[in-house]
Amino acid sequence: MLDLTYETPKPKVIAGAKHDWELVIGLEVHAQVSSNAKLFSGASTQFGAEPNSNVAFVDSAMPGMLPVINEYCVAQAVRTGLGLKAEIHLKSAFDRKNYFYPDLPQGYQISQLYEPIVGEGEILVDMGPGVARLVRIERIHLEQDAGKSVHDMDPNMSFVDLNRTGVALMEIVSRPDIRGPEEAAAYVTKMRQILRYLGTCDGNMQNGNLRADVNVSICRPGQYEKYMETQDFSHLGTRCEIKNMNSMRFIQAAIEYEARRQIAIVEGGGEVSQETRLYDPDKNETRSMRSKEEAHDYRYFPCPDLLPLEIEQEWVDDIGKGLPELPDEKKARFINDYGVTEYDASVLTAEVYLANYFEASVGKGDGKKTANWVINEVLGRANKAETAPQDLVAPEANAAILAMVASDEISTKIAKEVLEIHIETKDDPAKIVEDKGLKQVTDTGAIEAALDEIIAANPAQVEKAKQNPKLAGWFVGQVMKATGGKANPKAVNQLVAQKLNG
Amino acid sequence: MTDLTKLTLAEARDKLRAGDVTSVELTETFLKAIDEADALNAFVHKTPEIALERAKAADARIAQGDAPDMCGLPIGIKDLFCTKGVPSQAASAILEGFKPEYESTISQKLEDSGAVMLGKLNMDEFAMGSSNETSVYGNAINPWRRGNDDAALTPGGSSGGSASAVAADLCLAATGTDTGGSIRQPAAFTGITGIKPTYGRCSRWGVVAFASSLDQAGPMTKNVRDAAIMLEAMCGHDEKDSTSVDLPVPNFEAMLTGDIRGKKIGIPKEYRMDGMPAEIEKLWAEGTEMLKAAGAEIVDISLPHTKYALPAYYVIAPAEASSNLARYDGVRYGHRATLAAGDGITEMYEKTRAEGFGHEVQRRVMVGTYVLSAGFYDAYYNRARRVRTLIKQDFENVFAQGIDAILTPATPSAAFGLGEMTDADPIQMYLNDVFTVTVNLAGLPGISVPTGVDTQGLPLGLQLIGRPWEEGDLLNTAYALEQAAGFVAKPGKWW
Repeated sequence: MLDLTYETPKPKVIAGAKHDWELVIGLEVHAQVSSNAKLFSGASTQFGAEPNSNVAFVDSAMPGMLPVINEYCVAQAVRTGLGLKAEIHLKSAFDRKNYFYPDLPQGYQISQLYEPIVGEGEILVDMGPGVARLVRIERIHLEQDAGKSVHDMDPNMSFVDLNRTGVALMEIVSRPDIRGPEEAAAYVTKMRQILRYLGTCDGNMQNGNLRADVNVSICRPGQYEKYMETQDFSHLGTRCEIKNMNSMRFIQAAIEYEARRQIAIVEGGGEVSQETRLYDPDKNETRSMRSKEEAHDYRYFPCPDLLPLEIEQEWVDDIGKGLPELPDEKKARFINDYGVTEYDASVLTAEVYLANYFEASVGKGDGKKTANWVINEVLGRANKAETAPQDLVAPEANAAILAMVASDEISTKIAKEVLEIHIETKDDPAKIVEDKGLKQVTDTGAIEAALDEIIAANPAQVEKAKQNPKLAGWFVGQVMKATGGKANPKAVNQLVAQKLNG
Repeated sequence: MTDLTKLTLAEARDKLRAGDVTSVELTETFLKAIDEADALNAFVHKTPEIALERAKAADARIAQGDAPDMCGLPIGIKDLFCTKGVPSQAASAILEGFKPEYESTISQKLEDSGAVMLGKLNMDEFAMGSSNETSVYGNAINPWRRGNDDAALTPGGSSGGSASAVAADLCLAATGTDTGGSIRQPAAFTGITGIKPTYGRCSRWGVVAFASSLDQAGPMTKNVRDAAIMLEAMCGHDEKDSTSVDLPVPNFEAMLTGDIRGKKIGIPKEYRMDGMPAEIEKLWAEGTEMLKAAGAEIVDISLPHTKYALPAYYVIAPAEASSNLARYDGVRYGHRATLAAGDGITEMYEKTRAEGFGHEVQRRVMVGTYVLSAGFYDAYYNRARRVRTLIKQDFENVFAQGIDAILTPATPSAAFGLGEMTDADPIQMYLNDVFTVTVNLAGLPGISVPTGVDTQGLPLGLQLIGRPWEEGDLLNTAYALEQAAGFVAKPGKWW
């Protein structure tokens, strides 16, 4: 694998009334593990099922029920850790986080506070060609999701749906290395991309399968560097945590608002108090949910129903061997092997299916031209049609069309026409060219005859063109028109120049 | 005609196999005995239809000739075990009307082996108590009395109903559970045998949790042989319980040779408590002599951290309980308080739990919440965990020295009178567990065997503590002690 070199982006600076301020952001991403069964029960994780239909006795916390770890979920966490170049802990343990809520039947969430399964890792957050931020991952732990309380179905009652109760989540905790709202959104985007590559989380933010708690603080320029040198948090401001964000746009807006709120407090002589806040997208503001004093005392302690989780290095190695090529490697390979630009490589590697589509489209052809074709012609049309590119055009058709362009059988212009027809009919591109007689006319005799006719009919134009060679284009256009666009443009250009100058 | 209720489990098994009696006959006899013993309040829910149905099935199985040992034998099940379609309330008001849709692994294994469930047995609420007085059903009563005094005595706790029922011949045997001594103390108070196996031997799945790292089920029987037979039927790996161990289960009964020559029996000096009643001391000395006479080598040993065990236990057990009992919130099952206008979820929790939990349960939930809370966690819970490790090491050290089993008293006294402790400091009640909690903290097997009576004629028991996973060896030592002690006293029937 080839490393791409990159520059570190400048931190976002917000000018307050008195000073400039920088932002310091850390994220806790809660990613629902892609698995058929829940973390500690055999119940299904299928989204959208009838309320309370995916509930095992242990999920509803019936008396005497016990959790049993789902090995597949552990493998998914390990896979995620390896994908984030993180340390895998061969021994981890589960703890209980105790609090009362109707959608938490046990009265505690089984989580991993003291000994998480994954330790320190890193993630490269792309901010544009040649610019990226390396963000440190502090830890990843496995935990149970809660159920859903429904408060608006009845004026007097609340309802509880336990389908999501006990579904496995990975909490991926970053260090406070993110320096602006755009970086935070880019971090989540990159995290989502990697998780989707790994197949460990589907990244569906709308369904809440990927959501983030955002920790925001402000500091004066220079302070962050002192923190990085010492890892001493006292150089940084007091942080506030914005809970449960599930949209990139809201994450950015919430951070922006929260930073300005904190700046106003500090510049007004006040102190930011550590608290948990909620973002209200309607009013575009964050509101206090609970202060540090009101914070729950979760009374964490080791879950006595589960033995420490011990895994073998060999098992981890096997998972590592099965890891797919990840976005950074794929992007570097596309740039190096296909000669595509970094920007195009980013577009093409955004999703695995797209990257695969691109590679299948290249066939024996030119990577760079294929990239342009896929991005400009296919993706444009697919987006418009709101469908996946592979459902619109098979990659083999792209390869066939581009091969005909490469061998001068058709022009780029005709290629687009062939694409349109293929999308309509699904006919083989070669057959389309054959049937419709779209093959480029390279026979100079035919082109010459057409040109001679045009010259004879337009003596005045010929005179003008002889004075001003730029007008030669008009003759090229007329020839193309006369040949129904099939004339080889190179041959036409040559002939026009010869005739007008000769 | 023999009184069938007086049979031991082993005798009844042999009679069933010999065709001398049918399971239906046995079952009907016990059902009648239970109906006549309501005064003991041992059974809190009788299941005669289930019993007779299973008895018939067992008779058919026995007739086919390959029935397991427990087949056709009528037993009682402690209310802490969830039994499908049968009230399972852990003797608590908060589980009012709760009938599980599942069967605990232990009761299922017993059912699979053909055992006949007669009903559910009284206990302390959520197994928290040493006298059975915290039960929502009111306490069970000990069939034993002090001489001619008819004052009601406790059968001990928490498995008080099980102990009372077995001692009063209302069933051949019963299941118990033991978190800090809840099998061994009531066994000692009622002159029966009770073994708590090594933690992980018996599945906890479907047993209402008190303190998950300490809870362990076991049999309560009329003698050691019966304990061996029933324990074998209860043990075994269960993939539904992550703390259950995957080890082969030996034929415990076949290990009862009574030969303990050359075995090293440790006598821990720390168990000689200040103010120990003379008769307990005498019982212990006699037991020591009996084992010596049977050919064992007696070794004085030290378990230096013993004195910290009780406080550590009363931090760890309530801590786990406070979390385990959080699920009883009135949302999904059991009791839910009637709410006043304007009450929200917090009021629902508070009122439901205030009404549903008895005082002792509330006390332990509050203690547990306190010791886990921020700022106190290290001082209490973490310190208690370190103590637990030290206690475990104490035992490992003596076992490493070649000790095979440890002999101690089972309880600091004989059964006390019901109500006698009502006004006492709760710690006085907790002291009942002083000899037994170490075994739970270390996860070891422990057995209580009746070896004598006190001056008022009440039974007293000695405890033997074994090496982990060596219940067979422990049972054999207990068998030798039982043979030597020759304890045959039975309570006079007054009920």
